[in-house]
Amino acid sequence: MRQIAIYGKGGIGKSTTTQNLVAALAEAGRKCMIIGCDPKADSTRLILNRKAQNTVMDMAREKGTVEDLELEEVLLHGFKGIKCAESGGPEPGVGCAGRGVITAINFLEENGAYGDDTEFVFYDVLGDVVCGGFAMPIREGKAKEIYIVTSGEMMAMYAANNISRGVLKYAQSGGVRLGGLICNSRETDKEYELISELASKLGTQMIHFVPRDNEVQRAELRRKTVIEYAPDHPQADEYRTLAKKIADNKNFVIPTPITMDELERLLMDFGIMESEEAVA
Amino acid sequence: MSTAIKDTQKMIEEILDAYPEKSKKDRAKHLAANDPSGQCSACQVKSNVKSRPGVMTVRGCAYAGAKGVVWGPVKDQITISHGPVGCGQYSWWSRRNYYNGQTGIDTFGTMHITTDFQEKNIVYGGDKGLDLALHELKGLFPLANGIGILSECPVGLIGDDIEAVSKRVEKEFKYPIVPVRCEGFRGVSQSLGHHIANDTIKDYVLGKGKLETSTPYDVALIGDYNIGGDAWASRKILEEMGLRVISQYTGDATINEIGIATKAKLNLIHCYRSMNYICRHMEEEYGIPWMEFNFFGPTKTYDSIRKIAAKFDEKIQKNAEAVIAKYKPVMDKIIEQYRAKLEGKKVMLYVGGLRPRHTIGAYEDLGMEVVASGYEFGHSDDYKRTYPEMKEGAVIMDDATLYELEEFTRRLKPDMVGSGIKEKYSYHKLGVPFRQMHSWDYSGPYHGFDGFPVFARDMDMTVNSPTWSLIRRKK
Repeated sequence: MRQIAIYGKGGIGKSTTTQNLVAALAEAGRKCMIIGCDPKADSTRLILNRKAQNTVMDMAREKGTVEDLELEEVLLHGFKGIKCAESGGPEPGVGCAGRGVITAINFLEENGAYGDDTEFVFYDVLGDVVCGGFAMPIREGKAKEIYIVTSGEMMAMYAANNISRGVLKYAQSGGVRLGGLICNSRETDKEYELISELASKLGTQMIHFVPRDNEVQRAELRRKTVIEYAPDHPQADEYRTLAKKIADNKNFVIPTPITMDELERLLMDFGIMESEEAVA
Repeated sequence: MSTAIKDTQKMIEEILDAYPEKSKKDRAKHLAANDPSGQCSACQVKSNVKSRPGVMTVRGCAYAGAKGVVWGPVKDQITISHGPVGCGQYSWWSRRNYYNGQTGIDTFGTMHITTDFQEKNIVYGGDKGLDLALHELKGLFPLANGIGILSECPVGLIGDDIEAVSKRVEKEFKYPIVPVRCEGFRGVSQSLGHHIANDTIKDYVLGKGKLETSTPYDVALIGDYNIGGDAWASRKILEEMGLRVISQYTGDATINEIGIATKAKLNLIHCYRSMNYICRHMEEEYGIPWMEFNFFGPTKTYDSIRKIAAKFDEKIQKNAEAVIAKYKPVMDKIIEQYRAKLEGKKVMLYVGGLRPRHTIGAYEDLGMEVVASGYEFGHSDDYKRTYPEMKEGAVIMDDATLYELEEFTRRLKPDMVGSGIKEKYSYHKLGVPFRQMHSWDYSGPYHGFDGFPVFARDMDMTVNSPTWSLIRRKK
């Protein structure tokens, strides 16, 4: 069983990308599971064709404690038998969502949610690694591979670099490795080259360049992945390619994060950011 | 430098030798030979800094200071330990702050109330549960006059907005709902908790009480927690002097009593460490003068009575002399009775923030000598007040470790050690007479003229108990 965590800047398309690639894996007959590690609980919506109502933490709150919970209540099955669970958590501004992720993952593990036949477990993790809770999926004995979703936008690249730093910390203490960057295109200038270059600076690869296509949005409006909604669309093939590349990936590294200055220099080299002299 | 100081310094160095280099360097700053003149710079100890990990400090936390010391004794308010059950459970009624009243009806001192955080409260926040608890308490105890929300660590970690809850509910209940941000990880000891609690008294209670009439003799008795009835013994003296104690806190205190404290003509503070903040505030904001006093042992008590009286008119000064004249024969008799058995006995003290210096006079009245003293959480102003009270070359220690305490005991061979519950049983095992000087070992009061006979009896009972000779000692 391979456990994989997907990180990236908020709003970059982690959940959409994850669900589409998992749908492609499932379509190819692989047994998969998605664990949403985000209080918004929208990591499995496209697989279940509805928002998951029974998140681990919401159910635990209703029942009193997490110990009172039954696995069947929170482990749902969606498209092609993909197993789905959401950690759930508080509305913004109260409580501790990170603790919710820790509690939920521990519950799923202890209750054998992964099962014997699961080949891939994907953790879809909220935004940045802001605290210990959101690093839970990459701790010892959990996800060993990480993919970072990014785009050619500066802040997305900045986040990717920052996440690499978190990965580095856990790579040194545990066995977690970076498997690559997934470029979810925003059609910015020289995006393909830029992310390829960032990947090489981080010591990894751009595993796939997912082009921008409105078919993804059309499918999302119907609470479906492109694989399910428009299996013959070229965008579906992009996700199939990404899925195959991840399934076949052998390139796992300890990342080499760069400094903010280096990142800015990279943008200047690609003519995206003007150097201070040029501005003057 | 005198020989006494040099000898003590040598002993300290020998004790420190057991430590690794870094610990040794650090701990050396916290142990010193006493120089009563305060001139010797090497004799000043460093204080109020973070304890060294691994040394088994006996310090408490900010929550302990705010809940256990300052807020807990206020009898007609309900104290909620906001967070998981443990902090409240293990600090439940450990300080014996006596009070008058019907517990569960109009007073709530011995009760233990907690929001009992579970995993779900951490993840989803504790504010809703807190709101529910406040409303349940209002229904269960309609005669309460306030509720304190004492934060345990997780409350600060998850950023629970207890201020918002308190503000909303306060409007509804029309009495103070006091959010106290005393999360245990704040500060280096319980001392910060006292400060935080003082600040909340200032923000939520002070100046809001009702007092029908005023007299020129109105005083407030501050920083007496009425342990074993201490505050009652102190209050009695002040009243016999002709003063009117309009406010006594927080031992046996009411919310209204604290609310009217700003009407006092003079603030009298016993425990300086835990409540000097509120005195300074009232001095600045309300122009109320304040003075420290000491009601441990007859000598210090007479002295304090006269100093307090000097702040008032001749009538009070006359009363003060009459009070002293009335009690002196009684006190002299006590001294005569016990001095014979205690003369020349050596005492080592290691207590909280006041008693390491304030009880010295009481021991001296009994002919005993305090050869070492130290504070768990004193600040430099406490040590400055301590140096002149002790003999040259006596040991001064700050945030002492169990190892240091044992070593000093072995070398100084005190006839009695006065410290806390954490030290008590290791001293029992050492076979050294021990007195718990935080809670008076389930005895008291020790303050004033009512307290001194009890103090003298207890010290005699401790030092001269035949029990100690039955203990097998290591050769």
